[in-house]
Amino acid sequence: MKATGTATSKRADARARSRAAGAETSKHAEEQRKKHGKRRKHRHTRHKPKTHHRVTHAHGTVGVTVPVAPVSPPAPSPAPVPSVGSPPITLAQAQRLLWRAGFGPGPGQAESLVGQPLEEVVFGLTRPSDPPTLTGPEPVNEEGEPLEPDTAWGDDHCWWLDRMVRSNQQLVERLTLIFHDWFATSNNQVNSQPLMLEQNELLRSMALGSFDQLFLSVTTNPAMLLFLNGTSNNKWDPNENYAREMMELFSLGADRGAYTEDDVREMARTLTGWRNEWSEQRGNYDFRFDPSYHDAGKKTVFEQAGKWSYEDAVRLCVSHPLHPSFFVTKLWGYFIPTAPSEATLAALQGLYTSSSYSIRAVVEAILQHPDFYEGPEMVIPPVVYNAGLLRSISRPIDTNAWAWLSANAGQQLFYPPNVSGWDFSRWLDTSTARARWEMASYVTSKTYPNPWPSQGEPEYSATEDPTTALENALAYWAHPQLSAESEQCIATFAQSCLHEPLASWERGPCRAMRQNALRMLIATSPDMQVS
Amino acid sequence: MAKSCSCEDFTRSQLLRRGVAVAGKGLPNIEPGMPLPAGTGLDRRTFLLRSAGAALAVYGSSMLSPRHFEEGIAQASAETSTNDPVLVSIFMEGGWDALSVLAPVRETKYKELRPVLGLTEGSGKVFTEDENMMWHPAAAGLAELHEEGKVSVFPAIGYEPSEESHFTSRHYWEVGQLDANARSGWMGRYLDLVGEANNPLQGLSLDYSLAPALATETMPVAAVSSPADYTMWAYGLGEPVSASAFATFGALGALPAPSPAYAQARNASYDTSLVLEETANFVKTEKESGDHSPVTYPAGEFAERLASLAAMLHTGMPIKCVSLNAVGSYDTHASEVDTLATNLEQTIPALVAFQRDLEARGLDQRVLIQLWSEFGRRPQENGSGTDHGAGGLAFLIGTRAAGKMVGEFPGLTKLDENENVIRTSDYRGMYCSLLEQWFQTEAGLVIPEAASFERPVLVA
Repeated sequence: MKATGTATSKRADARARSRAAGAETSKHAEEQRKKHGKRRKHRHTRHKPKTHHRVTHAHGTVGVTVPVAPVSPPAPSPAPVPSVGSPPITLAQAQRLLWRAGFGPGPGQAESLVGQPLEEVVFGLTRPSDPPTLTGPEPVNEEGEPLEPDTAWGDDHCWWLDRMVRSNQQLVERLTLIFHDWFATSNNQVNSQPLMLEQNELLRSMALGSFDQLFLSVTTNPAMLLFLNGTSNNKWDPNENYAREMMELFSLGADRGAYTEDDVREMARTLTGWRNEWSEQRGNYDFRFDPSYHDAGKKTVFEQAGKWSYEDAVRLCVSHPLHPSFFVTKLWGYFIPTAPSEATLAALQGLYTSSSYSIRAVVEAILQHPDFYEGPEMVIPPVVYNAGLLRSISRPIDTNAWAWLSANAGQQLFYPPNVSGWDFSRWLDTSTARARWEMASYVTSKTYPNPWPSQGEPEYSATEDPTTALENALAYWAHPQLSAESEQCIATFAQSCLHEPLASWERGPCRAMRQNALRMLIATSPDMQVS
Repeated sequence: MAKSCSCEDFTRSQLLRRGVAVAGKGLPNIEPGMPLPAGTGLDRRTFLLRSAGAALAVYGSSMLSPRHFEEGIAQASAETSTNDPVLVSIFMEGGWDALSVLAPVRETKYKELRPVLGLTEGSGKVFTEDENMMWHPAAAGLAELHEEGKVSVFPAIGYEPSEESHFTSRHYWEVGQLDANARSGWMGRYLDLVGEANNPLQGLSLDYSLAPALATETMPVAAVSSPADYTMWAYGLGEPVSASAFATFGALGALPAPSPAYAQARNASYDTSLVLEETANFVKTEKESGDHSPVTYPAGEFAERLASLAAMLHTGMPIKCVSLNAVGSYDTHASEVDTLATNLEQTIPALVAFQRDLEARGLDQRVLIQLWSEFGRRPQENGSGTDHGAGGLAFLIGTRAAGKMVGEFPGLTKLDENENVIRTSDYRGMYCSLLEQWFQTEAGLVIPEAASFERPVLVA
């Protein structure tokens, strides 16, 4: 075993040095910017009047921060986790809760919760009655035929999207999505929609259970065994793929001194023994543990020696002193964008360990934490945005276009970009913002007023005034909350976009277009991308 | 044993995704029958720009000047001189196996460590700067460019202490420092120094999302998955309403943001409207005139992106730093032989076509291409693949590249304490040289501890 301490402190030194240098760099950068700025300004005054400012909207693209577990976390504490208590829930609180712990409110849903005790509303999500109810029409493809999630490209995505749209167990689906990101597995490598769906069902069924059991089940899940080469890992040729990621991404975290490179190698040996068969016809099948493939010798992991098995591998990770802080911080980060305070982190760890690694207990605490309701916004992930728009207009899954639209927006279900999942720090850029526009447009595709109706189609009102137009557009999306600035901006558009006087034949068509534009501007407004 | 993963399947899904992108091409820009801005005497672009200006005058308060769009874009384009340097950074995701791309076939130790994966002497071109080494047959295009003096090879590049995590190591390369908490990319910091506040195309990620190496503190940058398809439309929306609708979409992006997430959403809207303007002419030209490239590219999304990039540079778009992901994943823990060959076959010919295109268009003096991966792989194979290692392989390609190996190949007889290839060059030295020799910028303003890294001569 290598000297962890030395390696860690060396790294810490290096980091401290580069941080100092980073500060230095910023200072230089500032000077350089001033220099360049001056030079440019001078150059440009020759070309244009001074009234036109060049630098109008400087902004960076570093991404938002996502909380990560600290290198030196506080010890678990038996103190209660800070809570907002159970006041009557407000509309803003209900909306945030439904967007972050589900897939956005259905029409009138948030309004109907207002005034109920907050704790009850949270428990309604975290303690659902079984089995789940799926309300509304069954999902179909463009031709009106049932989806084929096992075989058809995109139908897997849409099958799950349908559950997000229709299930009354909104938090269960949301946690399933969270664990799909946590234990990210891509069908690009697995190449079997049935195996991916089997994993999906596993994540769903254990989403509110104990993390150690979920982790163990994922470790031996066929899709995961294929994705991270678990069945290529045997006593003759250990394959380190799963061993590394189970510590780095699933349970302990990188750069915390939690494990060494030797631990990775030893962990790979503990995980040996899984096999499967393959045939042209059946693909990969018959996943099983074969003791003759397992390295039964002594391994040393986290300085503990023993004849460890894959079950021990999971146990060793979960009982590692740096695991509880990793788990609660990672889970917290899916719901709250700012890092938990030291006291909160200590209390959440205490809750987690004293509840035998209960996911439900930790989620319940997070959903009642003051930071959840009082803290800053989060960007809504693309799939959640898609499901939310569909929910708000009560549109069932009637096309599988959502799969590629969502892929373009940065999130195709069952195809996370790599084993670390999706990058939650930068959901929005010029590519994905454009893709969200396209997605929103498709959401309106069956209900938009046609400016140029064919015979028999209704003509749009030729008299709708700007205020009514905006009200109608907001009602279309079931009255989402926009910021005052954004609503003002959109209202100004409604008032100024038609260049009166319009010829009589243009009045209806132009108003239809204005209505469609208003719907698009509301749905794609920055306000609707965050919760 | 499992027939594991990869190449064919990856290709299939790439193809599907591409099919989807192509399907999007059939969508109308405006509704059929919709009149263009009649009677205004303006073309659509100018009309759009004017409307944008008018709308921003209404919504933007003091933050935005009326002619903001028009002027910002026009100026950025006008300032792009035909000599402005461009860097194209191409990421080989997953940690490519240096010992298979440039294989030390004459080393006895290589045959011992790679009984299954080892390449056979004579199956590929000899590497002229170290005759113990051989190019992978699927990298023959690189060998060809190398013989023309257009490839600088870094046979064992990395940093100390090395990291074997994909994400940590990749992050170090992206941010140009060994700091897990650093947030701006190394190219992003360069753009913060020299960039324009209203030209997102200066840092261009040719992908479905933004490359972290381009992340900036203050300047806008763009992600464009398909430059030829970068348009926006909506059901039942056309002229004369659409222009001011799109302008309002951008104007919503210029409003104040109370939180980082809000700011990201607003900035994305704002930048999208700028990129939409900037690419409008390009899109029009592409669609009307077809492909003007004098070079035939191979099929595939990666090649299409490179072809678009050459065309965009040709039209004088104000681009400085570009990032792309190469085809496939190089994380070959298993089935390495097939996966590696397939990935290289889908990447290298496209790269060579790009270089030839630049040469044919007379752009080759302006462009350098950097190929990198987060690490090399373990010399000792694991059966059918290799695990994470250190000491990777990078290339700098271009007519102006010095074409000389940087750091020798250290051999396999002596490995480091983790049984990995010993590093003979530091990636931060490469960055410093690129900043100084290519961008004529003081490296210390971008790379922390710049003074401590040796600068190889990279530009001829």
